[in-house]
Amino acid sequence: MTTEKNEYLTDAVIIGAGPVGLFAVFELGLLDIKAHLVDILDRPGGQCTELYPEKPIYDIPAYPMISGQELTDNLLKQIEPFKPTFHLSQMAESVTRTDDGKWKVVTDIGTTLIAPVIIIAAGGGSFMPKKPSLPAIESFEGISVFYAVRKMDHFRDKNLVIAGGGDSALDWTINLQPIAKHVTLIHRRDDFRAAPDSVNKMRELVAAGKMTLKIADLVGIEGTAPQITGLNVKSKECGEETIPCDTLLAFYGLTMKLGPIANFGLNLHENLIPVDTEKFETSEKGIFAIGDINYYPGKLKLILSGFHEAALMAQQAFRYIYPDKKLRFQYTTSSSDLQGKLGVKDAT
Amino acid sequence: MKIFVTDFDGIEHELEGIEGWRIMEIIRDYGLPIKAECGGACLCGTCHVYVDPEWVDKLYPKTDDEEDRLMEDAVGVEDSSRLSCQILMSEELDGLRVTMAPGSLKD
Repeated sequence: MTTEKNEYLTDAVIIGAGPVGLFAVFELGLLDIKAHLVDILDRPGGQCTELYPEKPIYDIPAYPMISGQELTDNLLKQIEPFKPTFHLSQMAESVTRTDDGKWKVVTDIGTTLIAPVIIIAAGGGSFMPKKPSLPAIESFEGISVFYAVRKMDHFRDKNLVIAGGGDSALDWTINLQPIAKHVTLIHRRDDFRAAPDSVNKMRELVAAGKMTLKIADLVGIEGTAPQITGLNVKSKECGEETIPCDTLLAFYGLTMKLGPIANFGLNLHENLIPVDTEKFETSEKGIFAIGDINYYPGKLKLILSGFHEAALMAQQAFRYIYPDKKLRFQYTTSSSDLQGKLGVKDAT
Repeated sequence: MKIFVTDFDGIEHELEGIEGWRIMEIIRDYGLPIKAECGGACLCGTCHVYVDPEWVDKLYPKTDDEEDRLMEDAVGVEDSSRLSCQILMSEELDGLRVTMAPGSLKD
């Protein structure tokens, strides 16, 4: 339910849309608990799709081998009946108590989610852009140095340098070239880890004189913070030189950081969230932690452990959300009630 | 079999080498705070170590993949840089000395 712009009331907020967060939707859904998910990535799957979509996983029960992408696709299909709401490309920045005892999650772009129950399924933390190791780069960020494109128009008429050799660097080179004053793509070698089609398009633009490709290492920033006026680059062929520009967009991939979770007011144990092993609840009533982010004696960081934790968490979440209802344990194989929720009632 | 690992505080640890394991896994198993975020798939640069000069030439040469990840993803790369997930422990490496590199520290 939406009360006003960007504010949602729901049953459960799941922070993290990796495999464990996705399966939590299923376990909650069977108990009539509606869920919203928040993830900093632009698609569900977490590490599975971001770090190793093609890498085979061998320890998912009943799947002798499955790739990170297939696992994610299957989970999305499995939770379809419960129609979860995804809030992607945003980071859960704060968690606070509301006056009526619920929890409020606010993201870095202002989405507000209010629910009696929060499930932190944040794995290794938030994926954040890896920064080029340039001295004092922080003091230029947000004004003339960026790691993502939120609004293309922001780069209109800019003298733009894009750094990196992957799909993001190539895609944004091609998309921003028509609106920027000039685009220079800098990569350390003349070989790109990106879709061949994008690489070809970029090379056509270079051949047509519509952009510049520079094979060099980025070594320094020129200008007074927060405004860059140029970038120092170094290559074997040309030595050191300066490329005049007013904006840098760097795409050096992503790395995991615990991020704002450290400020949620929860007890932490070596950057992990301690939970009990009955309900997987944290030091705060109504906030659960499941999957790689939690800690308890004997914890194993396995996807299958996270699935188990999701099932037990959901039992307690039900008690908070429906305090007056009796929780009945049912099997999907036999319960017509559960089968109805899954939309397969007529299948038997 | 032993390997010697110098941690981020400059302290050297003697670790039991386990045949066939990745050096990254041996370091992680021992409990040193190595990030190794892709889990040994040669997809990031967060298990980067510096290999002691006397060992550099005794290791299998880097693959193109390892070279790429070092150059694009690792921090503070030097000639002695390797990804510890790409070095498999064997008898020949008994006594190997490495130092954990910046950027490989777990949060």
